[in-house]
Amino acid sequence: MVRQRKLLSVPYYLWMGLFVIVPVLLLLFQSFRGMDGSFTLLNITSYFTSPVYLTMTGQSFLYAFLITVMTLLISYPAAYFLTRTEHKHLWLLVMILPTWMNILLKAYAFIGILSQSGMVNQLLAFMGIGAQPLLFTRLSFLIVATYIEIPFMLLPVFNAIDDIDESLTLASRDLGANEWQTFRSVIYPLSLSGVRSGIQAVFIPSLSLFMLTRLIAGNRVMTLGTAIEQHFLVTQNWGMGSTMGIVLIVIMFAVMALTKKRQRGGTR
Amino acid sequence: MVKNTKLSSVYLFVVFVLLYLPIFYLIYYSFNAAGTMNQFDGFTLEHYTALAEDTRLLTIALDTVRVALISSLAATVIGTMGAIGIYFSRKRRTQGLLMSLNNILLVSPDVIIGASFLLLFTLVGFRLGFYSVLFSHIAFSIPIVVLMVLPRLEEMNPHMITAARDLGASQWQVLKEIILPSISSGILAGFFMAFTYSIDDFAVTFFVTGNGFATLSVEIYSRARQGVSLEINALSTILFLVAMAIVVGYYFIQKQQRTRKKILAVDPTNHEKAVMP
Repeated sequence: MVRQRKLLSVPYYLWMGLFVIVPVLLLLFQSFRGMDGSFTLLNITSYFTSPVYLTMTGQSFLYAFLITVMTLLISYPAAYFLTRTEHKHLWLLVMILPTWMNILLKAYAFIGILSQSGMVNQLLAFMGIGAQPLLFTRLSFLIVATYIEIPFMLLPVFNAIDDIDESLTLASRDLGANEWQTFRSVIYPLSLSGVRSGIQAVFIPSLSLFMLTRLIAGNRVMTLGTAIEQHFLVTQNWGMGSTMGIVLIVIMFAVMALTKKRQRGGTR
Repeated sequence: MVKNTKLSSVYLFVVFVLLYLPIFYLIYYSFNAAGTMNQFDGFTLEHYTALAEDTRLLTIALDTVRVALISSLAATVIGTMGAIGIYFSRKRRTQGLLMSLNNILLVSPDVIIGASFLLLFTLVGFRLGFYSVLFSHIAFSIPIVVLMVLPRLEEMNPHMITAARDLGASQWQVLKEIILPSISSGILAGFFMAFTYSIDDFAVTFFVTGNGFATLSVEIYSRARQGVSLEINALSTILFLVAMAIVVGYYFIQKQQRTRKKILAVDPTNHEKAVMP
């Protein structure tokens, strides 16, 4: 009986073993292999002693941090206001809909918008500031990455605020709190779980957006993702690529641990 | 319920405009006779006719849909069975372990998934192409399906199964008559999410695709790197309309189910990343 039910999930276990455990182990093994296939610690030592790799990692971190902060600043108020609209779920869907547009097409749109004679520069020229080089700069990478990540922050924050029991906000109003006080001491603390999921959903992918750095930032921006892609697909140095992959996995677990849902009571 | 002030409505409107601006920018210039994305010189449909005659691109589009359909169907079957397995695994610790494995693949950055799958395929000696892309898509879609199906299983009334067993239902009948109907909305949501993920994926596909096979994302990437071509704009108009139709259609199917069965259906907006613990 129970065994039959267990049999059902055999394909799932097999598949997960083959495509989660084995690949991660392979990545780990590969990071100990040199270009000639021999066992070596060279990748790891050269990663941790090379200023180039370390600054790249630091910069990658900084970009991801900035992208996360900017998405949060834009999305939090938007999510808060959305929960107060009529037909809020429909409006949420409208706001999230651009996610279903292919990410490369959205990036491609910015090649036009930010180009030398594109929309933004036409606007700047009209305002008398004059055209600025925007495309293939660090700023353009930040703008496009923020644009792409906004929905992934908006959604969890919206869900968290939407889940707040309305009687709590009503009680706070009854007890004489004004709107700002209600927000500060009721809504904001209860929405933090959504912010944490949002940070997780934005920060980790921001480390690895290699297609954006290539399309939008030229070669100005090098993130961990860009470096991994380059080592695997361009220079064919899989050992070094794997080492950086392991670094990225470690960062991923660190971020997950930091943004983990606290036990009940911790945040209340 | 507090209503929005004028200022907050304006803010929402600005965010809304910013989110849609790039998409409509693309669509607007797809009708541009000048052939650039800056100066609108006159209306034309020539980029659409060029698109219709571009057999290479059409083949790639068909391949993309083929991969997405097969992979999401396979992932739905394997993922649903996996979710049922996780649900019935008695030990809490096993459940937790399985869920965290499931989550690892969900949160992993695309480059990691792509690079590690590339290592796997190379080690086994599997030729890169249609099948390597298909298997990778199945692999990263399964956790999404599990994530969508598992909450429905937990909402199911377990006494229904006991009752059915008492009334003499076989294991197969329990599955067919009790379990599957109560989790159907989760299965549908899982299939839908898996499908859209497969269609949209770029990074993983880029790593495991080799030379002979491409999906739309990969093709758009290589063309966009060569510069502006309004054929891509025409393509984005069509893709945007298709995506809109699918999402809106799905939203109303779910809404109907919700009101009819009073089951809390999964929002199509429940994005994989957003529901992570």
